[in-house]
Amino acid sequence: MIRTLPQSNTFKWTYRAYVTLFFVYLALPLTVVCLMAFNNSVFPSLPWEGFTWAWFFGDEDPFIGVFNDRSILRSIGTSMFVAFWVSLLSIAVGTTNAFLFVRHDFKFKEFFYILMLLPLIIPGIILGISILVFSNAVANNLENATGMWFDGLRPGLPLVILGQFSFIATFATLVISARLEKFDRSLEEAALNLGATRLGAIRQITLPFLFPAIAGAGVVAILMSFENFNTTLMLVGSDAPLTINMFDRLKLGSTPVLNAVSLLLIVVSALLGLVSLLFQKRDKSS
Amino acid sequence: MNSVHSRLSLYLLFTPFLLWLALLIIIPHIFMFLVSISVKTGVREYVTGLGNYMVFFTEPLYWNTFARTAFMSVSATFLTLLIGFPVAYYIAKLTRGRTKTTLFLMCLIPFWVSELVRTFGWMILLRETGIFSSFLQYIGLASEPIEFLYNDAAIMVGLVYTSMLFMVVPLVTTLDSLDDSLIEAGYDLGGNGITVLREIIIPHAMPGIVSGCIVVFMLSLGNYLTPILLGGKDSLWFTGLIYDQFITRFNWELGSAFGFLLLLLSSTIVWAGLKLSGQSLTNTVGR
Repeated sequence: MIRTLPQSNTFKWTYRAYVTLFFVYLALPLTVVCLMAFNNSVFPSLPWEGFTWAWFFGDEDPFIGVFNDRSILRSIGTSMFVAFWVSLLSIAVGTTNAFLFVRHDFKFKEFFYILMLLPLIIPGIILGISILVFSNAVANNLENATGMWFDGLRPGLPLVILGQFSFIATFATLVISARLEKFDRSLEEAALNLGATRLGAIRQITLPFLFPAIAGAGVVAILMSFENFNTTLMLVGSDAPLTINMFDRLKLGSTPVLNAVSLLLIVVSALLGLVSLLFQKRDKSS
Repeated sequence: MNSVHSRLSLYLLFTPFLLWLALLIIIPHIFMFLVSISVKTGVREYVTGLGNYMVFFTEPLYWNTFARTAFMSVSATFLTLLIGFPVAYYIAKLTRGRTKTTLFLMCLIPFWVSELVRTFGWMILLRETGIFSSFLQYIGLASEPIEFLYNDAAIMVGLVYTSMLFMVVPLVTTLDSLDDSLIEAGYDLGGNGITVLREIIIPHAMPGIVSGCIVVFMLSLGNYLTPILLGGKDSLWFTGLIYDQFITRFNWELGSAFGFLLLLLSSTIVWAGLKLSGQSLTNTVGR
């Protein structure tokens, strides 16, 4: 079953047919979501009532397009705000973690490394409720002790940001560590010999080398934050990010405006995904 | 290299790591456990005990849902492996160059998109007024609309679809590193397709299979969207129960106990998977 070995034609074609079928299966749901965004009907289902742009630009009830739907626009803004902070926090902690695990030896390093991986194998909804329980306990105690209000510790955007950051940081750490491991330390030593300070050498030599990985991790963090649902669901307050807003509407049964949002999401995610791959490629080539 | 410098930088780097891990992962889970073992006896009065866990074991609905979730997640994992393996093998061994990159990318793209959008796609395909139902009526195989949605099969389709990437990518990576000459040698030594698969390909792909299965199982177990949106009224999922206790009934004690049980199940299966295959967490999940 490798290219250089002859195979019977029946086998070859059955195999090809299977793989083709698989890709049809992968593409089918996304394709119908996109197509239905242009259906001139108030339900995202057949029959096909003709082509329309109304679900993007429409402003007459019931044909309210994405760009005129305030609640959708607001939740996109919320998601972007969350994604920005999650990405920033993740690459900051991811970078320091990478230096910690690649450059240093300390007691129980193996153990701490496994702890670092843990967020990957904890179901998202559990991360959400545990942070909810903890922050609520802290808020109650602080409020009892000081008599002030601590809204940041109640369900809302700060908790959503922390909840997503709690596991996305692990991904950032893995991506940035992989790059740092390939770094040739003699370059840093050369800089030190030429009179650079330790921090100066890291800033001028090491960080530029790490840049593709850091940028790639940042983009992946934005993608993961944007599409996260489980952790966000447990920590969300009154400002709903996009996925939560769409979920609420989906449960009620909605117009094809959701298809239009989905189409935009598919395009933007695919582009961001490709950007992250480009960074990875630079990562490998240099 | 002076050691004072090195110590200082170690502490500086250890601080964010520790803050992140302690404040967002470890302490919250300890708190969740503490809440799960406090039983409400009156208004703002609690005693420590296993009452919440007893509720779980005495109420059939709860442990039935738990067992059902576990069973369906295991099935979804096997199904994903079964469907994904031939495709991963095809990409890794039977294509190369540009075709390989393109096929691999085509696998990736659907998964950069939000899970919600993917599930929405399946709803449009499967529901009574959906594409499949209309198509069957159009070609004359059905005389009236058919509801494909709101049953366990629909959940399965959704779970397998959602997890496929996490199976295919590790499989392609490990299969890629298998030298073709080993397979050739297998055939030269008189093996047929099946023995080569069993003796050479699968043992080599084991790390990929394990890491794929672990991630897929965990994602299925912790999934909330797919069972809620594609499953029917009776298709309960354990995460749905946790959500109900926390948000709808505001019974955080029972909800925490449920959460802890789910965590225990997921960790046990991950641990057993690693032990059975002789892998470690570091070289499967943390590649």
